[in-house]
Order: sequence, then C-alpha cells, then structure tokens
Amino acid sequence: MGDCACNSGTKIIYSCSGAADVGEIADRAVRALKREGFAQGSCVAALGAGLSGYIESAKGADVNITVDGCPVGCARKILENLGVTPVSYTVTEMGFIKGSSPANPEAIETVYRNIKEGKTGEQKSAAGPGCGCGCSGNC
Amino acid sequence: MYKIEVLGTGCAKCNKLEETARKAADELGIEYEVIKVKDINDIMNYGVMITPALVVNGIVKVAGKVPAIEEVKKMING
Repeated sequence: MGDCACNSGTKIIYSCSGAADVGEIADRAVRALKREGFAQGSCVAALGAGLSGYIESAKGADVNITVDGCPVGCARKILENLGVTPVSYTVTEMGFIKGSSPANPEAIETVYRNIKEGKTGEQKSAAGPGCGCGCSGNC
Repeated sequence: MYKIEVLGTGCAKCNKLEETARKAADELGIEYEVIKVKDINDIMNYGVMITPALVVNGIVKVAGKVPAIEEVKKMING
C-alpha cells in the first residue's frame, strides 16, 4: 500500500494461486501486475480464513479483481460469498487448457496483457469437453 | 475497557475517523482507549489495504471509509 490509501480508485487484485498449472499462471500474472502497480495485491486465502482486515479492505475497495485458473472460480466465489462482486478473469477462458499449460513466460505474459487490457479472453477452453473444470477431459 | 484503534497515516479522513470514534464511544458511555496506528507495517499486519480503518478489540470493523457516528456505535458494540 502507499503512504495513504485515503484516495479514491482503490483497486485490489487476487489470484486463486491454485495447484494446477493454470493456477500458477494466474498467480504469476497477478504478481507481475502487482509489481508494476496495476493494483494492490491481497490474499484470497485470508478472505477465506475470515480475517477481518482483508475482508473489510475488499468491501472498502472501489474495484476488486479476481484471476482464477479455471472455471471452478474459487477466488471469485470467495469474494462473492462476502457480498463483493469482483471483476473476474479466468485463465482457461484465454485459450489455456488446465493440465496442459505450463506456466512459462509466454503464458504469463498473455494473461498479464489480457488483464491489463481488460480482455475477457476466448471462451473456447471453458466450453470444451470434460468435467467443467477447464481440463478438457484431462483430470 | 474497549480498545479502539484508528489505522491510517494521519490524513484528514484518518483524523475524522478518530474524532467520530471518540464521539461514538463517549455517547455510548463506555470505558475506552484510542490508539492511533500510523506505522505502515503495523497497519499491514491487520491485513488492511485501505485506510482509514477502525479496529475494535482487535477486529477490523471498517476500512477505506468514515462511517456515520451511529454506524460506528454499532461497530463498537457489535
């Protein structure tokens, strides 16, 4: 956080940081966005744990952004369970397939750019075959 | 004894929140102490990303805004 966050336009970003490769992509793209000052980073795990400072910060922010690896959408749902509607991004909606997408620099850059430019991405993998978790039948 | 902490680096809104919290506590007639927390690391330890913030007995009640006095009273009692 800066010297004083009393200013308007507070933007907080969260990554699901899930176990899958797409969760790692989400995590590393969010870290890159945070480093360059696109938004303040916060911990979605702390929200899930019910820690009051994190929860009240989410409620008080002007914009909350979640980046989930897959359509299960854990980060988005954690925010929604608190009554906060985030701007939501999902890595598998950007052309990545869960379980077949190593978190290499190209993947991280693609997700980073999509979020920075406000693109919601392609829907192809999210609507693909499989169990609905974005794995395209691989899990 | 209620422990009321006002988190913020000392801007106008932080001062306003402190003033409101004191008024609310006075109107409730409770025994309390107000502590101003200005150190960024101490603020971050509460998980607070936006100031000002109000903490009552260790629980963050609000961040990023200055609520009306009646709301603050509820926060102190809640």
